[in-house]
Formats: sequence, C-alpha cells, structure tokens
Amino acid sequence: MIFSFDLLSNAIISGILIGGFYAAVTSGLSLSFGILDIVNLAHPAFIILGSYAAYVANSKFGIDPIVAAIIVLPAFYALGAAVYQIYYVAFEKRGQESLRGLAFFFGLLFITEVSLVLYFGVDYRDVSAAYIGPTWHLGDVDLPLRLLTPCLVSLALIACLQLVLTRTFVGRAIMAVAQDQLALRLMAVNPVRIKRIAFAISIATASLAGAFLIIIQPVEPSVGRDYIGRIFAICVLGGMGSLPGTVIAAILIGVIESLTATFYGPSWAPAVSFGFLLLTLAVRPAGLLGR
Amino acid sequence: MRTIPFFLICLVIGGIAFAAALTLGNDYYFFAGYVVLQYVVLSTAWNILGGYCGYVNFGTGAFFALGAYSTVTIYTLIDTNAFPHVVPIPVLMLVGGAVSAVVGLGMGYLTLRLRGAFFAIATLAMAVVLETLVVNWDFVGGSRGAFIIRPETIAPFGSYIRYLFLIMLLLAVASLTIARLIERSRLGYGLATIRDDEFAAEAAGVPTLRLKLIATTISGALMGMAGAPFPYYIGYLQPQPTFALDYAVNAIAMPLIGGTSTWVGPLIGALLLGSLQQIIIVTISSAVNLLLVGALLVAFVILAPNGIVGLAHKYLQHKDDDFVGRRRTGLEAPAPQVESSPTSEAPS
Repeated sequence: MIFSFDLLSNAIISGILIGGFYAAVTSGLSLSFGILDIVNLAHPAFIILGSYAAYVANSKFGIDPIVAAIIVLPAFYALGAAVYQIYYVAFEKRGQESLRGLAFFFGLLFITEVSLVLYFGVDYRDVSAAYIGPTWHLGDVDLPLRLLTPCLVSLALIACLQLVLTRTFVGRAIMAVAQDQLALRLMAVNPVRIKRIAFAISIATASLAGAFLIIIQPVEPSVGRDYIGRIFAICVLGGMGSLPGTVIAAILIGVIESLTATFYGPSWAPAVSFGFLLLTLAVRPAGLLGR
Repeated sequence: MRTIPFFLICLVIGGIAFAAALTLGNDYYFFAGYVVLQYVVLSTAWNILGGYCGYVNFGTGAFFALGAYSTVTIYTLIDTNAFPHVVPIPVLMLVGGAVSAVVGLGMGYLTLRLRGAFFAIATLAMAVVLETLVVNWDFVGGSRGAFIIRPETIAPFGSYIRYLFLIMLLLAVASLTIARLIERSRLGYGLATIRDDEFAAEAAGVPTLRLKLIATTISGALMGMAGAPFPYYIGYLQPQPTFALDYAVNAIAMPLIGGTSTWVGPLIGALLLGSLQQIIIVTISSAVNLLLVGALLVAFVILAPNGIVGLAHKYLQHKDDDFVGRRRTGLEAPAPQVESSPTSEAPS
C-alpha cells in the first residue's frame, strides 16, 4: 500500500462530512434510546421511510429533497406520536417493555422494510438536486457538495434540537422525564405527554435524516439494516442522550470508517462501528461523555 | 413426567412424523419439513435465553451461521476430492455447536453484566462483525459463497435429504428435552427470577451472571448445531442470506407467538409459523412471508402477550371461573405499573 498524504487528508475530510450525517441519523435515537430509554430498533426503518418520502416528492413533484423532508416533518411527528401511544399502552403501562417492547420494534422494522419492498421494489432509488454532483476543491482536499450539504444541515438540526432541549420548557421537561418522573408529576406535568412529544420529535428527525441519506447514496429498503448497529454504536459511544457527545462520536466513527475503507478496503468498514460498540460496552458502557 | 419417558415419547412422535412423510413418497416434504424442524430448534434455543431469562438475542442468524461456516471450514480442510464427506454430520454438528457455544460465552461475558437492551444491541452488532469476517475470509469462500455438493444417497436412508431430515428431527427432540429439563431445574427457576426481577434475584443470592452465561452458552450451542448441517441442505452457502436477520425475526416471533414461558410455546409457534411460511413461500412470495412474520409478531406482542399458550390458559381458566366462581387469574393479570427511573438502572 502506497501511503499518500492526499489520500489520508481526503479520507479524514470525507469521514468528518459523513460523521456529520451520522450525527443527524443518530440524534433521533439519542432522544428515544438515550433520554427516554425506549430501545427503538425500528429507527433506521423510519429513516428509510424518510428517504422514500424525499424520493417520491423529488421524482414526482421535483421538490428539493431537504425541503421535501421539512414538508413531511409534521407527518413523521404524528407517526412518532402514534407509535409511542401504542408502545405506552401495550408495553410501558404493563411493565413489559424489556422483552416484548424490543420484539415490537423489531417487528415494526420488518413490516416497514417489507412494505417498502412490496411497493417500490428492491431497485436502488436516488434523487436529483443542484448540489448533487459538483465538488469544491480546496487545494488537495475535495469537498463533495453531496456530503457537505447534508453535514451542514444536520449540524444545524442538532443545534436546533440542543437549543430546544436546553432553553424551552418542553425541552427541559424532556430532560427531566429521564431523571425523575415523579418529580415531574409534582410539577403538574404529565410525563406520558412529555415522552410522547419527545418520541415524536425523534421520529421527525428521521424524516430529515432519510433525506440526507438518499442525497448521499442511492437507497433500497434494506439499507437501513446497516445503520442499526452503527447508530446504536454512536449513541452508546456518545454517552446516551447527550447531543454534543453524539456529534463527537458520530464524527469519530465516520473518520475511522472512512480511514478503514480507504486503507483496508470498503468490505471491512461495517465492522468498525460494531467493533467500537462491543469495545465501548465492555470497557466503558457510560460512553465517552457519560454522566 | 420424567425426562426420559418424555424424550422417548417425543422420539415416537417424531418417528411417526418421519414415517408419515415417507408414505407421502415425495422428497419435497422432507425439504419443507427440514426447515420447519430447523425453526423448532432455533426458536427453542432462543427461548432458553429469551423466554426463560428475559434477555433478547438478535444474533440467532449469527450463531446459526457460525455452525454452518464451521462445517464449511472442516469440509474445506479435511474433505478432498478423493474422500468426499468423510466427516459425518453429527460430528460436524458437535463442532458447530462448540464454536457457537464458545462465541456465545464470550459475547455474554462482555455484555451480560449490562442491562438487557445492551445485550440485545450487542448481539445485533455481533452478527455484522461475524458477517464482515466471513466476507473477507477467502478460505471459506468469502463473499462469493461456498459450495458443498450433497451426495445423492446415503446407505440405509435412501435419498440424502431424508438423512438430513432425520438428523434435524433428533436435534429438535433433543432441544425440546433440554428446554423442558432446564425449565424444571434449579437453573430454570434461577433464570425465571432473573426475568422477573434481576435486582431481587441478585439480592436473594442467585448467581445471576453465571446463570445467564450458562443459558447463553446452551442457547448458542443449539443454534450452532442447527446451522451445522445447513450447508449440506442448501448446497451453496452465501454469507449475506446466512447471516440475515430473517432467522432472528423468526426465532423471536415463533416463541412469542407460541408463548415464552414453557417449552410448548416455541414448538407450537415454530410448527404453525414454519409450516405457514413454507406454504406462503411456495404460493405467494418470500417478501410477503417476512411481512406476515413481522405483522404476526407485532399483533401478538400487543394483543396476546403470552402467546397461544397464554390464550389457551386464559380460556381454560375462564371456564374454571364459571364453575368455581371467583378464582385468581394469574396469567393475564396486568403487571403493576412500575415507576421506572432510568437513572437507577444506569449501566455500571
């Protein structure tokens, strides 16, 4: 293997850009799994659903994928609220979230995926937009716009989420529901309602993350499976529910995956995040920025 | 009923099933029946950890594939063109089971000290790590896959698929016996206490980590043993479908649909869902088949959390209610709502 500085710097840059996208993909999970303790295995399926929503809007009506994602955001929010309501009534209330709740989300993952296969087929789909294709060159470093745009929008999304969580009443209530439900109830806040809002927000982020995904790469229904382990790895590594931690972990995983793919071959890249996950769980389960 | 009579009765029932399939005179029934029996083993094995202990394993496909790939490894190592198929399948199964057991033990040791959710995620992760290893390992075919040419016939059984069917039948009987034995032993009671309240179990002196490790190892071993004959069944083994989540979703759906608390549940679930799937694959398509599994899984966990066995119990107990008057209905009583405070269960 010939070592070249160009290759290294480009691998690192594209890793950082991909990492920004991973952060958006994981932010929803950091809300649901990290803060609410709901092991939403179906999160990648919602992301793929978001990709297909962007695809339909783009191919039928010619809307920019990111704009399309923002348009369908309320629908995803409503979907999230509905899913949480079912989850709450069927599992959380009965105290069965550990085994049957997991199975529920696993089942949802399959139902969504297979429904998409039956409706759209297994062909890869992609979108068209002005920023897909051109690349900025800064010296030796390439900045493909199809990676840069999702990365920037995703960082903006996470900044918004962080502001909502720390500055608004609902956001603070969401942080509080993770810590002490009884205390929240004493403040005359309904914890179930707060959790529903938080879970709905987490699914709403999947709509944007799905649009980013289909901008970065063509999508077919089972692509989501690759993201299950990756986003959980990032979420755990980032310290479960800390958004800044999620961004750092996402960029770390992105860079290491990109380096692995560049220097050892893309077929080894999937093992990186999973290896990290196992390592984190074994050595430091609280994550990098754990509480 | 004692264990040995139970084992013998199961054997007799299995023998009748084998004889019935023989009289049908079409090898297709053996091919279809093999898959159903394979699911009986997988779902029973999953239930030993998932149902008895409450820890969800999404790595069924990985353990299964470990068994299958240890067969491929041995086949490539030992079998040559001069001596094809020198290693008998039961030996391959023991090796596959041992490999899966060791991996299960290691995995469990890394993650079982954490909360259940982490174990579940780690098993998902393990499937992908192992798949990546196999894809990059040329010796067992890498991403191209591996061929094992199944002999046409084998001495006393006639066609080879009958032999495979019989082996899987024996394994299914053995795993049902093991599951039933565990259920009624100290190990089973210990696992049940972990499922109900791990902290209380720990406080009462149950060696939780050791019991969980034993359960994971047995469960992994059985899954590996189910996978070992698979290359002979399929003939052409590819990493992607072998490690696929399809095995995981089936191994979870079948016990949950049947009922997780006894050995009967996974058996009922696997027989019903497995046969139904065979029919759907032939008549409609395999995508619809997965959709059905997912939909049934979700419907059952929401509407009938104790599965078919739970429904049957409920029905029988209601008849009792009419007769005796008021009686305790333990099975379907909603668990008291627990105020969960995630901070207290934070991973340590």
